Amino acid sequence: MLNPQNTLDTYYLEARRDLLEVAAMLDRYDEAVKRDGSKAENESKKDSLLKAMEILAQPDHPDANRAEQLLDHFAKIS
Amino acid sequence: MQIIQPHYHAIARTAQDYERMAMSGVVAVCEPAFWAGFDRRHPETFIDYFAQISEFEPSRAAEFGIRHYCWVAVNPKEAENKELTHEVLQQMPEFLDKPTCLGVGETGLHKSTPNEIESLEAHVDLAMKHDQLVLIHTPHLSDKAHGTKTVLEVLAGMEVNPDKIWIDHVEEQTIGPVLNAGYWAGMTLYPVTKCSPRRAVDILEKYPRERLLVNSSADWGPSDPFTLQESIVEFRRRGHSLQEAVEIYHNNPCRFLGQNPKWDIKPITIYEE
Repeated sequence: MLNPQNTLDTYYLEARRDLLEVAAMLDRYDEAVKRDGSKAENESKKDSLLKAMEILAQPDHPDANRAEQLLDHFAKIS
Repeated sequence: MQIIQPHYHAIARTAQDYERMAMSGVVAVCEPAFWAGFDRRHPETFIDYFAQISEFEPSRAAEFGIRHYCWVAVNPKEAENKELTHEVLQQMPEFLDKPTCLGVGETGLHKSTPNEIESLEAHVDLAMKHDQLVLIHTPHLSDKAHGTKTVLEVLAGMEVNPDKIWIDHVEEQTIGPVLNAGYWAGMTLYPVTKCSPRRAVDILEKYPRERLLVNSSADWGPSDPFTLQESIVEFRRRGHSLQEAVEIYHNNPCRFLGQNPKWDIKPITIYEE
């Protein structure tokens, strides 16, 4: 199994790419709002993503179960 | 749809890539000289490399009905070897005269060191003296913004024609200054680093498209020549017309590269809008 440093070194660039895709998706939404002059009728999916990032931003996850927490969180969105 | 791959390192790819590209509509690839993964020690190694991309590789591409063009330069990673750079630059005009060589590239910056800047200036100077197009590489990841700013500063201090200069690998934080300075800007679509197919389409929707080029990623590292087609599908599924796609993925390369008379592929119109 990978040690802590190897884990970061191995997966950092892929995680960076994935975060950039999330940032670009939110920018894409904002640009669409600007173009159309109105927000989506139902913004719950956007709110859900922002909440997910709040969960990730919490400094301590003693059970190392962020993925499980996010799946539980996303399960609330239909 | 007819597609042009403006930045493609063919010698690192297989014949099967050519075959699949041909099946997906690619009609031409352009191969800038780049880093081999190790620092070359001899000018003669570059000369053989330039011969490979200007003489042999066009015949390999032609097997699949694809036109192959090239660019020649000492890449930024090897610019620390000043003597090597000088000797290769001396021999580059011979290759600029080859029938499929489109210009000087990819020169540019990697760590933005004084030697790299000196090499960039020498390459641009040579290109301008020989009325050549220039393809400029900008650094990766954390050096991107600083390196791109430095490239623009270097060019601002020289007598150049911005119409003939393509600054490559732009992303969201660097495209504005490049376009505002009047240069052509290229996006390079990698599976992990640089730009992605979706982000490239976001940029195409946000900025004027007249001076934008889109490249796949095709080299000896983790890369994928079909990120270009991925971005075309993304562009089309957002509702943009086929002609709009043709303008970006075929006609823009023709407009930039067609400034060199050796490039004889013309912009095409699919239908009148």
